[in-house]
Amino acid sequence: MKYAGLLVMPAGFFLALAALVLFPDPARRTLFVMCGLAVEGMGLAVAVRGHMQARGARLP
Amino acid sequence: MNPIPLAAFPAMSDAVFALTLTLLLICPLAVAGVALINTGLGRSRSAAQALLGNLAIMAVATIVFALVGASFAGTLPGVSGSAGFTFHAAGQPWNWLGKGSFLLRGLGADAPQSQLALLFEFLAVAMAAMLPWGSGADRCRLAAGCAWAAVLAAFVFPLATHWIWGNGWLAQLGVNFGLGAGFLDGGGAATVHTLGGLTALAVVWIAGPRRGKFPREGLSTAIPGHSAVYVLFGSFLALVGWLAWNAAGAILWLHAPLAALPGTAIHTLLCASAALGATFSVTRVRFGKPDASLCANGWLAGLVASSACAALISPVESIFVGAVAGIVTPLMVELLELALSIDDPTGAITVHAAAGLWGLVAAGLFAPQPGQLLAQLVGIAALLGLVLPLVYLLFALLNRIVPFRVDADGERIGMDLHELGGGAYPEFVIHRDESYR
Repeated sequence: MKYAGLLVMPAGFFLALAALVLFPDPARRTLFVMCGLAVEGMGLAVAVRGHMQARGARLP
Repeated sequence: MNPIPLAAFPAMSDAVFALTLTLLLICPLAVAGVALINTGLGRSRSAAQALLGNLAIMAVATIVFALVGASFAGTLPGVSGSAGFTFHAAGQPWNWLGKGSFLLRGLGADAPQSQLALLFEFLAVAMAAMLPWGSGADRCRLAAGCAWAAVLAAFVFPLATHWIWGNGWLAQLGVNFGLGAGFLDGGGAATVHTLGGLTALAVVWIAGPRRGKFPREGLSTAIPGHSAVYVLFGSFLALVGWLAWNAAGAILWLHAPLAALPGTAIHTLLCASAALGATFSVTRVRFGKPDASLCANGWLAGLVASSACAALISPVESIFVGAVAGIVTPLMVELLELALSIDDPTGAITVHAAAGLWGLVAAGLFAPQPGQLLAQLVGIAALLGLVLPLVYLLFALLNRIVPFRVDADGERIGMDLHELGGGAYPEFVIHRDESYR
């Protein structure tokens, strides 16, 4: 689960990068960059959740 | 101040060169301050190993950066202004990696300002590699610290540095996409603190929590730092280094005029002061009395936030930036520990990564150029979305070769005895694990 979250994070980065190339309009560009950051945030949340579950499983 | 879009280093007068060199020679005090804070926030039975680890990591990081990393960073003398490795996509050049000779060949023959920039990067890589060491305190082995310092200095730090300081694609966002002056990071909030803080998160995830920190039942165990005096004196020391660091960064990376430097120093001080005040108040309200180690963390968070924006904001804005950093710091430290089960003894993830990110956002919010905020957000997306997974992957592999964590017995007797054969305080009574239960 942690690796899945970490794999989602680069997808968010590429979304932000694509916004620069695809949208010259500042409003749309900003919106898509924000979406990219949101995807990264979700990936981070999944990775953190995965960390918590793994830790719980390892406790004696 | 309107920063000049990054390009080849402009010519520098002798006076400015002398001043910048002097400032850079004071910067190691910031590193010393952070090392002292890291040591004070750890246990007494690991104090010598913690401080020696900071020195060893600094040594390894600078050597590896000289041998390998400096050429990838693209600031290496002889190649200043070089295009580096560039590919073209969507009609724009994407300069993603520096290109230069290995082993610092040509040092001394290049432009003086390039050499100053290189010196700045040496200090930056030492600081960035040191930050995760505090988070891995009391359980990470010296060899592991040195190994991750080598990986960071050889590959990860040069990549980020080239993008931001070496005229890479983030620095060129202004020229290529009309986003303000491109990604701005005068004092290393991104290249040093956010990178170091995210690396600390990777280290904590891989190494796991200290033994007994999170019992199966009940709340997490409080493991207080062993010396509030080290922590608070380290905060004073860090301020001196930070004032020099931000001023030198403003000259080198933002091409600030000399007249802007007193303002940069004042904003740095205001940021730290506002952050301390905010953390003091929050901990006073939350716990009934102010918490010394959290206040030191708040102070440091203010300094970190100022790294991104001290040269770009007004005094009132710097108080606001510091206050936000100071309010968030104690709350986030608590959130990471109690809700997310992340054992970060020095709070590096909060103090360096979170405050660094906030400083970068603030630089975009308060900069006068249109599009600057978007440039900062794209840089943040690169750090979070690319650098954190890359570091985690590299470190997870490294952990298989050089295990990060000491064995259970080593953790029980303390890192000083286990790794060095002697304690930092041989005449003191050392507490056993059971004392904390």
